[in-house]
Amino acid sequence: MNWLKRAKQGIKTWRKKEVPDGLWEKCPSCGEILYHKELIRLTSVCPKCDFHFRINPSAYIDILTDQSTFVETDGGIRSADPLQFRDSKKYTERIRISRRKTGRNSAILTGTAKLNAHPVSLAIMDFSFMGGSMGSAVGEKIIRAARQAISGRMPLVIISASGGARMQESILSLMQMAKTSAAIAAVSRASLPYISILTNPTTGGVAASFAFQGDIIIAEPKALIGFTGPRVIRETVGEELPAGFQRSEFLLEHGMIDMITSRRELKKTLGFILDSLMCGVSTRVEENYQENDRKTISLIW
Amino acid sequence: MENQDNKILDFEKPVYEMQNRIEQLKREGSVNAGELGRLMEKLNELEGQVYKDLSAWERVQLARHPLRPTILDYIDAICDEFEELHGDRLFGDDPAVIAGIGRIDKLRLMIYGHAKGRNTQERIRHNFGMAKPEGFRKILRVMRMAEKFRLPVLSFIDTPGAYPGVGAEERGQPEAIAENLKQAFNIKTPILVIVIGEGGSGGALALAVGDRTFMMEHAIYSVISPEGCAAILWKSREKAPEAAASLRLTAADCLEFGVIDGILREVHGAAHRDPQGNAAMIKEKILDEVEALGRINPDSMLRQREEKFLAMGIFEED
Repeated sequence: MNWLKRAKQGIKTWRKKEVPDGLWEKCPSCGEILYHKELIRLTSVCPKCDFHFRINPSAYIDILTDQSTFVETDGGIRSADPLQFRDSKKYTERIRISRRKTGRNSAILTGTAKLNAHPVSLAIMDFSFMGGSMGSAVGEKIIRAARQAISGRMPLVIISASGGARMQESILSLMQMAKTSAAIAAVSRASLPYISILTNPTTGGVAASFAFQGDIIIAEPKALIGFTGPRVIRETVGEELPAGFQRSEFLLEHGMIDMITSRRELKKTLGFILDSLMCGVSTRVEENYQENDRKTISLIW
Repeated sequence: MENQDNKILDFEKPVYEMQNRIEQLKREGSVNAGELGRLMEKLNELEGQVYKDLSAWERVQLARHPLRPTILDYIDAICDEFEELHGDRLFGDDPAVIAGIGRIDKLRLMIYGHAKGRNTQERIRHNFGMAKPEGFRKILRVMRMAEKFRLPVLSFIDTPGAYPGVGAEERGQPEAIAENLKQAFNIKTPILVIVIGEGGSGGALALAVGDRTFMMEHAIYSVISPEGCAAILWKSREKAPEAAASLRLTAADCLEFGVIDGILREVHGAAHRDPQGNAAMIKEKILDEVEALGRINPDSMLRQREEKFLAMGIFEED
C-alpha cells in the first residue's frame, strides 16, 4: 500500500483563503504563527510582515463601521440564469454552491452604516462568491447603493474584490460595466464623494468600470489590480513581467491610485476623508440640485 | 491584392464557386444577358441560403472575416469628406482606434471606432484594433469636442478587445476604459453606435455607450472571446465553438436581451459579399437615426441614455 497516495479519488486539498475558525493561523507570506483572535483584532493583517489576509464583507463591516449601525439593503437580489449557461457545470449549480458557501445571495453586500458618525452607503464585494464576478445582480446592487447615496445625500463607499465580469451572463455582464458607470456619473453630478477601495484582486470589468471611477481611490497593500490578468499578458508579450507588476505599489508609482492604506488604518483614513469631503455638503448638494433642476439635467432618482 | 482563396470560409465555398463559374462564362462570352440574369438570381438565392441560420461559431468567423469591411471601408464609402484627428494630447496616438470629422451629404459629424486594418500590413499598424489607454483617451477627447460643437457622434465597433500589454497596464488601461464609460453619460450630443464586426469586451464597450446601438447581422458582441471563455471554463481553447454557442453573442441574442436597438440585415448575405451595397444601406440608416436623435431635447436624451443602461440586466429578487 502506498501511504502517500490518496486511496480515494476526488478528495480535494483546500487552500485556505480566509481566516478559519481554528485557534492558530500561519501567515502565508512570512510563516509567522498567529493566534486567531489576535489576528481578528489586528483586522486580519499579519503584525510581522503586513500581509493582508482575505476577509469577507462582514469582517469589513466590523472593521469599518460604527458598532451596530450597518443595515443591509437589497439582500434579496439574486442571479438569474438568463442564458441558461452551462460549461462543465450548470451556472445555476455554481450559484447554488456559492450561496451555500457564503450564506449570501450575490457576490456583493450592500447597505447603510455609520463610519466615524458619517452615514454612508456601503457596498462590499465578496471574492469567495464566484470570484466576486459581476453579473446582473451585482450591477443592480451597485446602482441601488448609488441611488441610496443620492437620495440620502450620503457618500458612497465601495470595496472591490473581483476577477471581473461574470462570463456566464456574457453580454449582460458586459453591460453592467456601463450600467454601474451611469450610476457613478449620477453620484458625481450630485456632488457626493465616492470612495473606491481596491482589494486583492480587482481586475477586468470591475476595475474598468466603477472601481476606477472613485473621486479617491485607495488600495490595500500588494493587491493585484489591472485590466488584463498577468497570465494572459505574459502569454501575449511572451516575456517575463516587470517585478511587482500590477500590484498596488506599482499602480501608486504610475499615478493610478491616490494611496495605499493598511487595513488597520483604513477606518481612520476614511474618517478623515469623509470629514473633509462632506464638510459643507448640504449647501453644495442643495446648490447642485437647484442647478440641475434649472438645467433639467438627468438625476433620475 | 492578397490571395482571396485562403480567406474564404468552408461553408461559403459554394457561393464563391458559383460566382467564379459565372465570371468564367462571362469572360468566355458564352452566356446571353437573359441567362446571365437567371444565373445571378441563382447566386443571390444561394447567398440567401448559405448565410442564413448560421451557428454562433460560423457567425464569429464571419464577424472576423478577413474580407469583412472595416471602419476604413465604411468611412471611404459613406463620407463625402473625412479628416482624421490624431492623439490624446497626453501620451501618443493609438492607431488601433481612429477618429475624425466627417461629412455625409449635408450632415457634419464626429466619427470614431476601432480600426482592424484591411491587409496584413495595415492590421499590424492598427494593432488588430486592440486599443491602449491613449486610444481610449483620444476617443474621450473627440467625444468632448463633439459635445462642445454639438456634432452628433457615430461610433463603429470592431475589436477583439483592449490590448493586453505591459505598457497599456502601466498607463492605466482600466482607468481609461472606466473614464470613457462614465463620461459617456455626460456627453450632451447624440451618439449612434454600430457594431460592424467584433464587439469584444471592455475594449468594445468603451466606445459603445450611446443613444442607439445597432448590430450588423453577422456581428458579435460578448464579454469575452469564445477562445478566452473556452480556455477558462472548458480548460481548452479548442472548445471555442461550444463557448460561442453558450455565450449567446449573436445580434439576435443581443436584441433578445435588450442590449441593442436593432439588427442591420447584410446585403447579399454577408457584408464582405457586397461592401458598397452594405455601406449604402448603413449610410441611409445613419442619416435616418441621426435626424431622429437630433429632434430629442439634449437633456432628455441624456436621461434616456442613462435610463436605458440602468435597466440592463436580468436578475431575481425575493
